[in-house]
Amino acid sequence: MAPLLATIEHAVKKPVWDCRMCGQCVLHSTGFTCPMTCPKTLRNGPCGGVREDGSCEVDPSMTCVWLKAYGRARRLPGHLGDGVDELRPPVDNRLQGTSSWVNLATGRDRALPDGWRAAAEAAEATGAAEAAPTGPAAVEVPR
Amino acid sequence: MNLAELLTAPEPHRPAVTAEFPAVDGGGLEAVAAHAARLAPYVDALNATDNPAAHAHASNVAVAIALRRLGLEPVLQVACRDKNRLAAQADIAGAALHGVTTVCCMTGDDVTAGDEPESRRVFDLDGPQLVRTAAVMAGGAYLSGRPLTPAPPLFIGAVENPGAPPFHERATRALKKVEAGARFLQLQICYRPERLSAFCERAEAEGVTPAAALLPTVALVKGARALRYMDTKVPGISIPQDVIERVEKAPDEREASYEVSLELARDALAQPGVRGIHITDFRHDETLGRLCSDLGLPTMRSAPGEDAVAV
Repeated sequence: MAPLLATIEHAVKKPVWDCRMCGQCVLHSTGFTCPMTCPKTLRNGPCGGVREDGSCEVDPSMTCVWLKAYGRARRLPGHLGDGVDELRPPVDNRLQGTSSWVNLATGRDRALPDGWRAAAEAAEATGAAEAAPTGPAAVEVPR
Repeated sequence: MNLAELLTAPEPHRPAVTAEFPAVDGGGLEAVAAHAARLAPYVDALNATDNPAAHAHASNVAVAIALRRLGLEPVLQVACRDKNRLAAQADIAGAALHGVTTVCCMTGDDVTAGDEPESRRVFDLDGPQLVRTAAVMAGGAYLSGRPLTPAPPLFIGAVENPGAPPFHERATRALKKVEAGARFLQLQICYRPERLSAFCERAEAEGVTPAAALLPTVALVKGARALRYMDTKVPGISIPQDVIERVEKAPDEREASYEVSLELARDALAQPGVRGIHITDFRHDETLGRLCSDLGLPTMRSAPGEDAVAV
């Protein structure tokens, strides 16, 4: 069942978004622009190598994926595009090739390493501005 | 006063100066000491680079430890291009073991920028994710949650490019890094002061500053050829043609390019949230000292430690 869904998902998303089947889809928070099509597979915004004309450092024939992502996310109505500013966690490389629909339904795509999850919860609790004032950032990880 | 103290004091004591340490390939620790002796009097910390411009060199960790042994403060650059998350954490923990606790996290330029473009690019993490990974380590755990005891007292920074598109999103991306744990941001070389000031103003409005200290980069170059090279060959850096021509047509190119750098440095230091400058010295001469002197910054620091460089 799961492989069948992965095949269907790929058939639908490949032509539309050039989906790379990372198995942890974030299209909804990137203005429906797949960050895995960035040659560096960056999930949190553009690198510093974007060229003057907005083209990609690695492949000048393409527009920076994140230039498109920000542009599209900001044009979405209401708060639909706000997700673009969220810190997305590292990719779980084990999910490559699996169906993100299945992983969404089971919650598998939201499983995080304990260290990251604790840091995310701490940031959520304190709010960025308060978390920031002075000194090294420290995150308490429950043992 | 170390870099963390300088950059996080509620009232800035004076602007901080950091500089890129030249890439080292061999020559033993004497080679490191020779570069260090030239730069040390003028800087608070030196960046131990991580395969800059995608060229292999003596490793960031090795050079950082060497600088520490010389009594200087290294900034350990960690890039995402060549190493996965395991290796990045190992480098940070390993360097901290030697007292290297200032870390600057970056995505890194692509392998195609270097002399081994056939390499596999890694990018297992991206820049903001690496920042948070370092913050997790500073909190006493690896990314997995496995305890890291005692927790390394890391002072974590990142980079941002105020001069590359999408200009109006650069501050929001910087904010993401601050939220992840960055407390200083070394900014890419920028020859367009209007872009730098727009970035700094937006960074202030977004709350990037004063949470994080901004350190714009100023390059010291020999002449117009270097400017033209940067403009055409380094993605993310754009230099106005009139600046290049001004240097090119000057009777003394070295002097003219120095004047350009001095103007940019003065302008950078006047921007909101800026707490120092970062220097990339392509001249390898006495210019850094002259720049610090002209900016009214200290030009004579002592280096503690037994085998410290004489400054």
